[in-house]
Amino acid sequence: MIRFENVSKTFGGGKRVLDGVSYEIERGEIFTIVGPSGTGKSVSLKHMIRLLTPDSGRVWVERDCVSEASGRDLSRIRSRFGYLFQSAALLAWMDVYDNVALPLREKTSLTEGEIERKVLAALEAVGLGGEGAAMPADLSGGMQKRAGLARAIVTEPEIVLYDEPTSGLDPVTSRRIDELISDLSSRLGITSVVVTHDLHSALSISTRIAMLGGGKVLSIEPPESFIHSPLPQARAFLDAQYITRRGAWENAGREAAHREAKNQ
Amino acid sequence: MTPRNAVQRIGQWFISVIAETGRAAAICIGAIAAMRHAHEPRMRREIVRQMHVCAVKSLPVVSVVAFFIGMILALQIGIELRTYNQEALTGAAVMASMLREMGPFMAGLVLAASVGAAMAAQVGTMMVNEEIAALEIMDIDPVRFLVMPRMAAMALAVPMMSFYTCALGVLGGAVVSHTQLAVPWVSYFRNAMDFASTKALYVGLFKAFLFGFVIVTVSCYEGFRTEHGAVGVGMATRRSVVSNFLLILVVGYFVTRLFY
Repeated sequence: MIRFENVSKTFGGGKRVLDGVSYEIERGEIFTIVGPSGTGKSVSLKHMIRLLTPDSGRVWVERDCVSEASGRDLSRIRSRFGYLFQSAALLAWMDVYDNVALPLREKTSLTEGEIERKVLAALEAVGLGGEGAAMPADLSGGMQKRAGLARAIVTEPEIVLYDEPTSGLDPVTSRRIDELISDLSSRLGITSVVVTHDLHSALSISTRIAMLGGGKVLSIEPPESFIHSPLPQARAFLDAQYITRRGAWENAGREAAHREAKNQ
Repeated sequence: MTPRNAVQRIGQWFISVIAETGRAAAICIGAIAAMRHAHEPRMRREIVRQMHVCAVKSLPVVSVVAFFIGMILALQIGIELRTYNQEALTGAAVMASMLREMGPFMAGLVLAASVGAAMAAQVGTMMVNEEIAALEIMDIDPVRFLVMPRMAAMALAVPMMSFYTCALGVLGGAVVSHTQLAVPWVSYFRNAMDFASTKALYVGLFKAFLFGFVIVTVSCYEGFRTEHGAVGVGMATRRSVVSNFLLILVVGYFVTRLFY
């Protein structure tokens, strides 16, 4: 569904963040990108929605070349996406309800009644049913992220991009966000691309995990093989989060079983 | 530095100035073009909200500045005129200077320093917090959504504040003329009204109208190019105030030159 073809990106100071990166994300999967800071994870996400343009190479969303699209084409492609920012990026002067309603009011011709129904459903889905009148500054980090997620899904996009959805959150809220991502994907068939440092999260929700390093894709594999990865970078990442081959796999298995039971 | 390097640097600086001017002009033109959406209820509400910020919230500071400018003008001019026993003409001089130059100029400077700086800081913070990127992803044009309501509000608010500055300045001048120079109230105001030309009023209001566009364009442009967190927001705010002050002077001069 999303395809990177030899994408390279260099920033000021000659730092090459992506160096001929190629990979493909399938429809409906939860594709997680992990790797040390500065290896181009968020940069990859921003290329998918043309917040950044590659120096060379192309990014495709099905038959649309995002990296060369402009005007109406770009608007049409972007309308297929939802994006959860690391900082939630809620507009500070609007309450939660108006933030979530914003894309519907600006980009659709729905009546206020229909907008209200959709916004309340989205807020309910992320567990913020009674918080519509709250201002973003009055919410905790986790609640802001959930409000950002409600805004990302309110337009019912085909693809949702998550930039560090669990960073800075307590473990309980982190798992709740993981469940939401996984639930949205299985219930609505949304394709999810998640950038994270949280391997517990990546192992429990992903269909496949891509490890980035040195501007390259070092590996792309399902969680059950990622945990046994012989790659030194992957091992260092796993060890740093105290994930043993057996423990995390059991954990991931347990969570998958839990999800399956919930969906049935 | 070799002469060649010096020429190269001057050339690069010149090109960057032209490029920046072009980008700022694109924001200004984009906002003017987006005014076709100004009638939409949401945009109307936002314009009214921005006018409240630009005009009502700036009223105290504009009032103090206007009143004291009038007082200073009256005192300086009146003392000189008294040498020739012409202090009764103080009202005329204060009225002429306020209408032609000081009214729009002081209103422009005060609004650039207060509203313009706040605008640059707000847009800059939105840039740093990825709120602008969020708007782009939602396919909401930040120029239409953020700049246009501010521009419409300022284009209306600065002329209004300019007129208010003139009125209050003339009043301040009257207080000083009466108390310090012993000019009767009636004589002061009669002279002031005799010298109040319609042309001066219109040119002053036109200047103030242009200052509104300048302040919003510069402030939002500086906000949009903010990088590097809180430090960047501070730098953007400072750059917006400096650029606005300079442009208000330059635009003010050329408009005067055009009409007189």
